[in-house]
Parts: sequence; C-alpha cells; structure tokens
Amino acid sequence: MGGLARYLTLVPSSVMIGAFFAVPFALILLTSVSTPDDAQDYIYAFDLQHFERFATWFYIERALFSAGLCALIAVLSLLIAFPFTYMLTGFGPRAQNTWLIYILAQLSLSEVLIAFSWQILLSRTAGLANILVWFGLAEKSFSMAPSAGAVLAALVYLAVPFSVLLLFPALSRLDKSLIEAARTLGGSPLRTFFTVVIPVTRPAIISSGVTIFVLTLGAIIVPQVLGRPQHWTLSVLITDQAIFNFNMPFASALAVVLLVLSASVIFAVTKLTGGNKS
Amino acid sequence: MSDLNIDGVSKHFGSVRAVEDVTLSFKSGEMVCFLGPSGCGKTTLLRMIAGLEEPTAGSITLGGKDLTRVPVHERGIGMVFQSFALFPHLSVGENITYAMRIRGASRSDCAARAKELLDMMRLPGVEDRRISQLSGGQRQRVAIARALALSPSVFLLDEPMSALDANLREAMQIELRKLQQELGITTVVVTHDQTEAMTMADQIVVMGRARVLQTGTPMEIYKTPVDRFVAGFIGTSNLLPARMTGADTVETCGVTLRVGTNVDRHKPGDEVLLMTRPEEVFVGHKPTKNSVPGRVTFVRDIGATIEILLDCAGHEVVSVLTPKDWPEVEIGQQVHVDMPEAACSVLAP
Repeated sequence: MGGLARYLTLVPSSVMIGAFFAVPFALILLTSVSTPDDAQDYIYAFDLQHFERFATWFYIERALFSAGLCALIAVLSLLIAFPFTYMLTGFGPRAQNTWLIYILAQLSLSEVLIAFSWQILLSRTAGLANILVWFGLAEKSFSMAPSAGAVLAALVYLAVPFSVLLLFPALSRLDKSLIEAARTLGGSPLRTFFTVVIPVTRPAIISSGVTIFVLTLGAIIVPQVLGRPQHWTLSVLITDQAIFNFNMPFASALAVVLLVLSASVIFAVTKLTGGNKS
Repeated sequence: MSDLNIDGVSKHFGSVRAVEDVTLSFKSGEMVCFLGPSGCGKTTLLRMIAGLEEPTAGSITLGGKDLTRVPVHERGIGMVFQSFALFPHLSVGENITYAMRIRGASRSDCAARAKELLDMMRLPGVEDRRISQLSGGQRQRVAIARALALSPSVFLLDEPMSALDANLREAMQIELRKLQQELGITTVVVTHDQTEAMTMADQIVVMGRARVLQTGTPMEIYKTPVDRFVAGFIGTSNLLPARMTGADTVETCGVTLRVGTNVDRHKPGDEVLLMTRPEEVFVGHKPTKNSVPGRVTFVRDIGATIEILLDCAGHEVVSVLTPKDWPEVEIGQQVHVDMPEAACSVLAP
C-alpha cells in the first residue's frame, strides 16, 4: 500500500523525464541509424554508415581532443575553485552571501556574451596584450585569439562559478574540528589541507569535476569564436553538421558518440572512486 | 617538568569579552576541570592553551617555555574534541597514528603504537575498522588514543562526555581519571557537569561571566564556595538570609548561630547568606546549641537516604539523612534543624 503510493508519486516526474528526455533521445538514436533517401532527406532504417564515417581518424581525433580539453578544464577549474571555496567558507556569513550572489550572477551571463567578451579581452587593439606593452614585456600589441589557450581560458572562466557552487555545500559542511584536530596532531596548515580537507571532501571534488567535464563538453560557442577549426570540439561539429550541412543523421550519430563518451567517463569515475567507500 | 601557567590571559571577539584576565597555575601531572555554565569562556580558555585561539592579552607558558605565539601544530599537545573529530576517511589505526605518520614514523612503529594504545583503551583489534563502524563510546576511546599517540605534555579535553549516554558517561569519567593518573599527564577538562568535575579533578576552576570565580580542590569548592553562584553550581545548598552579629555569629530566623567557615571575609552588621549543605544538617525534636526552628513540609524516603524538606521562616531548607539519623518526624511537625558550627558558612548575598 505504502509502496504503491510511493510509485504513484513518481508518476509526474517519470512523465516529465519520458517526454523531455527519453523521447528526444529515442528520436536521435533512430535518426543516427537512418539511411539517405532520394525523395526525402532520410528514412528510418538500420544503417550504420554514419557511425562508420565517425570511425575515421579525423573524428576520433576530434573526440579525443574534446575529452582531453574538457578534462583539462575540469582540473583547472577545480584547482582555482577549490582553494577559493575553502577560503570562502572561512569568511563571515555576510561576506559568504555577497560572494555567492556575485558568483550566481555570473551564471546568468550567456556563453555567447562570455565568448565575445573574451574575444575583446584577447584582441590586438583593446586586449590584454596592450598591458604587456605598457610594462615593456612585449614590443607591440598582438592578438591572443583565436588559439587553444583562448578557448581554454574562456571555458575555465565559464566553469569556475559552477565548480564553486558545486563545492560550496560540501566544504561549508566540513566539520571544522577535523581541521583543528589535524592541527593539534602536528599537521601544518598545508599538510592538513592535503591530508584532511581534500580526502574528506573527495566525493564532492569528483562529482563537481565530472559535472564540469560534461558541461564543457556541450560548449559550442566558445570554441568557434575563440578557436581555430582545429580547436573545435565534437559539439561544434555536431552543430556544424546539423545547422550548416543539414545532415541530421550524421549529427545524430555524433551526438550518440558524445553521449556514450560522457556516460562512460561518468561510469568510469564513479566505478574507480566508489570502490573504497565504507 | 610541564607546569602550566596562564598569566593575565584575555580573549575578546570584537566587543564580546569571552575570557577576561585569567591567571591560573597548574602543577605537572594534575587533572584540572574548567567548570561553568555554557558561554562562561571555559572552552575559549582551553582553545587558547591548545593554540586554536590567540589570546588578546596575557601569556601561556608550559614548563617555563612561552607558548603564546607558538602555532598549534608545534605545541605538542593532545586534544580530544567534543565531536571527537575522528577522520572519516581513515581507519581507526590510521587515525591513531596520524601524528606519527606526519613525523615520518615507520609502518611497523605505527602499527605497534596503535596496538599498544588500543590495548590500553581496552579496544584491542579494531585497527582496520572504519570510524563509521564504531559506537559513541568506542569513538571516544579512539579519540583519546589518537590524542595520546605522541605522549603529549598536556592533554586537553573539550566536553569529552557530552556525546555519551548517562551510564557510559559515569564509567568513562572513572576510566579517564585512572588513565590520567597512570600516565601522570597534565590534563585539562572542560565541562559543565559538576559531578564530572568532582569525580575527576585534582583542581576545579569554576568560571562564570568570562572570569575565574574560584579555584581549589573539589572539597574546598564544595565546602567553602566563595559566592552564591559557585555554591549553586556545585551541589545543592541551603541558603538563609542572615546578618553578622559578631566576629563569628549571625542572626537568622530569629536565632543566633555560630559560623565555622568563611567568616573572616565579613564584618559585624553585614547582610550575608548562611549556607549549609543538605547532608550536614540534621533534624531533631529538641533545639541544640546551633539550631533553627522549622516545620517539616515533605519527607522523601528513597532507601539509602531520606530527604526532609523544611520551612524555616519562609525559606526552604533540605536535610539529607542516612536512615540511622532518622528523627521520626511527620509532615507538618515543628522541629529544630541542627546546623553544626563547622557546617555553617557565610556568603555575600
């Protein structure tokens, strides 16, 4: 009886997930194995030619590049966000709220806005390079974008607020007496940070790392605006195929590959790190 | 030697005065309890000894060495936290040897020390358990073992019994006291529980409103509290308003009594409180040379002791007697409450 009631409460959310997630995904899956047709663009069939097209070095290299880039972004944004969030939890409640509101406000900036702002920031005429010139570190101003570094910088910028917000609950709940205990046992502040703070909050670090990875894997504007074609990620290629080449089946196939890629990363990470939990 | 000296220590948090001008001195190997209600500054004082808070003024020295500006991790103290603060990501053995491993002790030394400490805490063979698998009492033992791993010169405990249930608490108080005596380690315990302080301490420091109110052995504090606050905090007491009539006499409830304790602090004519402890006053049918008249309002016989509640000129007086002193009284009877000279002490009102 109680069991039935519990299942009934799941109905609305199941319908939502079904309608807005499962059905579109099924359509993508169907399209990805469709076959070209003369009368219309494609008809539903079971044809793996789009996956065969993916299985060339160009696309595999793109997939590996995307995964590597996003992993690097996840690591860099955690390296910035973790110490910051750790210090933030030591502030008074008013300072904490101010910072959190500021960081939340950052999330309201769209990827487009961020991409073009960085483009200006890295440009020859108005960019950071001019500061280098003032300090005499460069002969004359130069453009820093498009480049891999520009893509990386803008995506890390995009990911840091998310990392902070994902890490904040775990770090603010961290029992401060654990840190004090480690200190009384002879741990210097740095040592305590590495032997207590990081291990205790490891689950939160891993889950926010995975979230950032998946999040940046879907970024399409930044790589286009700030990168050269060789810096484009799989998501950009999907957009390219779907919007500019009108090749929905191949775009769908790439989307399926991207999904498998991120799902296997999530699976691998949870498998590897969940092993020694009590 | 590891005498602990606290000299003129104050701690202010903004405009809040948590600890105000505290000067204390403890001998090596003593067990000291900081006793007081919550918010009296006792934990802040302990945290300053640990180095977790820096004093606003004053100094703390241990065995002649000034610790005031020494960072926590270089003080060589052992501390047990109220929440125990065991590391959830480490096993019991790894928790205990954390301090040793930081100093680069070998794996075999660590294992041997962990075993030795767990045997001492009567928890053998739990080295490989997770902290989450331990009960509250076991966690406390592990926290004590961890704090003692490097044989610190000072052992600090912040409300160590508050996370335990009542039965376990009493057993642990005795066990902790025995352990401390065995190791001869200078120990400071913070508590708000007077029984705990009476059970364990060589010296009790009673604190209130950020200051030290009284320092002494449990018996000194019990017998001769300096004021009403301390008297009320340690044990139960009978308080009767009185007026000093001579060097060692007071007038109360229409009679004159001789007072044996604490009289030199007051002069004739002062308004004072006459304090007695319930187990030191007796009830009888005839007046004695130091007694006040009263009326029995309630009798509670709980076997080992009999509690008699009396009304003496509108003030409640309690007498706790053993059955052999039972005066055979009934509720409503007019009796005389014998307050022997030595049992009477006077406090400022």
